[in-house]
Amino acid sequence: MLSINYFASVREQAGRAHDQLDMPASVTSIAELIKYLVATDPSRMTMLEDNSVLVAVNQTVVNTDYTLRGDEEVAFFPPMTGG
Amino acid sequence: MISVQEQDFDLAGEYSYLRESAGNAGAIVTFTGLVREFYEADAEQPVQRLFLEHYPGMTEKALDDIVSQAASRWDLQASRVIHRIGNLRPGDQIVFVGTASTHRHHAFSAAEFIMDYLKSRAPFWKKQHSADQVRWVESRTLDVDALKRWS
Repeated sequence: MLSINYFASVREQAGRAHDQLDMPASVTSIAELIKYLVATDPSRMTMLEDNSVLVAVNQTVVNTDYTLRGDEEVAFFPPMTGG
Repeated sequence: MISVQEQDFDLAGEYSYLRESAGNAGAIVTFTGLVREFYEADAEQPVQRLFLEHYPGMTEKALDDIVSQAASRWDLQASRVIHRIGNLRPGDQIVFVGTASTHRHHAFSAAEFIMDYLKSRAPFWKKQHSADQVRWVESRTLDVDALKRWS
């Protein structure tokens, strides 16, 4: 099961903070996960294709070619603005 | 030691912690970041409130990683990072970084490094509220560029 978290402006556009997802067979990478999420809910999730959106897997920022096993904690969020 | 917390912090207490933890330090540098009162270019009203969101778990991990990187680059005897979350107002303390070292150059550089990394590598997001608008703060190229001098 993939655990997917959305934060800040990404959470607001997604209309939810969290998804639990049995990883579909078509999905083996973050890039494919994004395609899948956009296809299931285009009006809310197309923003995930924006290059500025960051992705973390198990709480570390990764690239979209990252290979998923299916049991990870994934997060999508905008550029960070701490300090 | 790092803390992510809603409550305010006490500079004197944090300084004492650094002084006691640092053993034979010759220098302690402390930095405190405050929420500024400011106006958006297109807004009539000043920002009255900031809301700080974060990613529980990853925030602590990212801050630990930044502090470890600083400790591997400079001779650090103690360090302390506090970042506040939740609702903050202009004038409030928002972030504290303290570093203790044998030499001042190490303490100064490590504190600057930690602040520079924390601004764009730790998962915090600011939302600003004024009387007439609410908007997420966008990351600044300046903050991302600030990281380049450490590579």
